[in-house]
Amino acid sequence: MEATVVRTGTEGKTWGGGNEPLKASYGKLMMWFFITSDALTFSGFLAAYGFSRFKFIDSWPIADEVFNHFPFLHGVDAPMYYVALMTFILIFSSVTMVLAVDAGHQLKKGKVTFYMFLTIIGGIIFLGSQAWEWKNFINGTYGAVYTKGGNILQFIDGDGHRVALSDIAVPEASVRVEHEASNGIWFESEKSLPSYSIEEVKAGFGENSDLLIRTQMVNEEGEKTILSREESIAKLNSEAVGVVEGANLTRNEYGPPLFADFFFFITGFHGFHVFSGVVINIIIFFNVILGTYERRGNYEMVEKVGLYWHFVDLVWVFVFTFFYLV
Amino acid sequence: MAHDTAHHHESNTKRIWTVFVILSVITIVEVILGIIKPHFLTDTSFLSMSLLNWIFIILTIYKAYYIAWAFMHLEGETKGLRRAIVWTSIFLISYLIFILLTEGGYIYEVYKTNHVAWDF
Repeated sequence: MEATVVRTGTEGKTWGGGNEPLKASYGKLMMWFFITSDALTFSGFLAAYGFSRFKFIDSWPIADEVFNHFPFLHGVDAPMYYVALMTFILIFSSVTMVLAVDAGHQLKKGKVTFYMFLTIIGGIIFLGSQAWEWKNFINGTYGAVYTKGGNILQFIDGDGHRVALSDIAVPEASVRVEHEASNGIWFESEKSLPSYSIEEVKAGFGENSDLLIRTQMVNEEGEKTILSREESIAKLNSEAVGVVEGANLTRNEYGPPLFADFFFFITGFHGFHVFSGVVINIIIFFNVILGTYERRGNYEMVEKVGLYWHFVDLVWVFVFTFFYLV
Repeated sequence: MAHDTAHHHESNTKRIWTVFVILSVITIVEVILGIIKPHFLTDTSFLSMSLLNWIFIILTIYKAYYIAWAFMHLEGETKGLRRAIVWTSIFLISYLIFILLTEGGYIYEVYKTNHVAWDF
C-alpha cells in the first residue's frame, strides 16, 4: 500500500492543515458557534420589539410608570431601582463565574467550588427577582379601561396622580356572574371576570368630578395626554367597552398589547436562558466537587459554561437598556 | 513555568475586579440618568432619537464590549476567532435593525396620515 502524498506548498502555514489555526478546543469553538447564533436569535427578538415600538412610537408606555415597584416599599414610586438591583446581581454572578474560571486555570478545586456556588446563588436570586417583576406586571396596580379600538384609558385625579379602579367604581348589584364549569355545561368555563364592570366604573367616574382620563398618546413633552373633564366623560361614555386589570397576552393596562407580549416573550426567553444556565452550572458544580476536572487535569468545562453564563449577562444588558431605559 | 502561570493569574483577578467596577459605574450612571432624565438631553435629538437614548445605547455597547473582551476572554483569543464572532454579529444585527426600524417608522407614518381611524 502506498500513501498518496499531496504537496500543496502550504505546509507549516497557519491554514496549511495539521494545525489549530484558532488555538481553541473543539468544545469552546462550538460554544462560540452556539453563542453567536443565540445572539442573532435575541437580536431578532429585540429588533422586532424595536419595530413594534417604532410603529406605535407615540403611544408606547413609559417604562418608569410601569416598572416602579420595590420590595417592601408599597405604593412608593421607585422607578428603575429594582431592575438596577437585578442587573447588579447578574453582573456580580458573572464576576464570580469568571473568578471560578480563573481559579480553574490554577487548578484550585476549593476556590472553583466556592465561586461556582456563589454564581449559582446569584442566578437563583435573579430568577426569583424576575418572577416578582412578572407578578407585579401581571397583577397591575391601577387598572384601566379599553376602548372599541383597543386603546387604553387610564384615570388620574386633579393632581395628576393615578387613580385605581377600586377607588372609582361604584359597586352595583352584580350584573354578570362568572360562569363556572360546576354550574352548567361541565366542559365550559371562562376566565375570571374583572373585579368591576365597565358600568360601575362609568357610574363612579360620573360621580367624582375631579377625575380625568389619560390616554395612551404621548404628547410633545414626552408625557401622556390628559383630557379635560368634558372630553373625558365623552370619551368614556362613547368609546370604553371593558375593564382591564394587569396584563395578559391579549390586553394590558399599560398600553398596546404588543408591549406586554414582547415583555413576556423577551424577558421570558432570557429568564429561560438563566434557568438553563443555573441547571448547567449545578451539573458542572457537582462535577467539580466530585473531582472530575481535577482528574482530567483541566477545568475547561467550567470555562465553557462560563462563556454561556456571560452571554446571558450580555443579553440582559441589552434587555435592560431597551425595556427600561430607552 | 508553574510560577509563571500563577503570576499571570494574579494580574487577571485584578483585571476582573477592575472590569466589575467599570460595569457597575456605568450601570449606576445609566440609572441616575434614567431617573433624572435631564431636559437638555431629552430635548435634543440626533438622527431622530434623543441624545439621552444615544447615550444609553453607547454605554450599553461599551458594557457589552467589556463583558465580551474581559469576561468571555475574547481579548485572549486569536484574531481570526474574534473577528468571526464580532463581525458576523455586528454586520447581521446592524442590517436587521436598520431594515426593521425603517419599516416600523414607515408603518407609523401610514397609520398617522392615512384615512384609517384606529383611535375609536
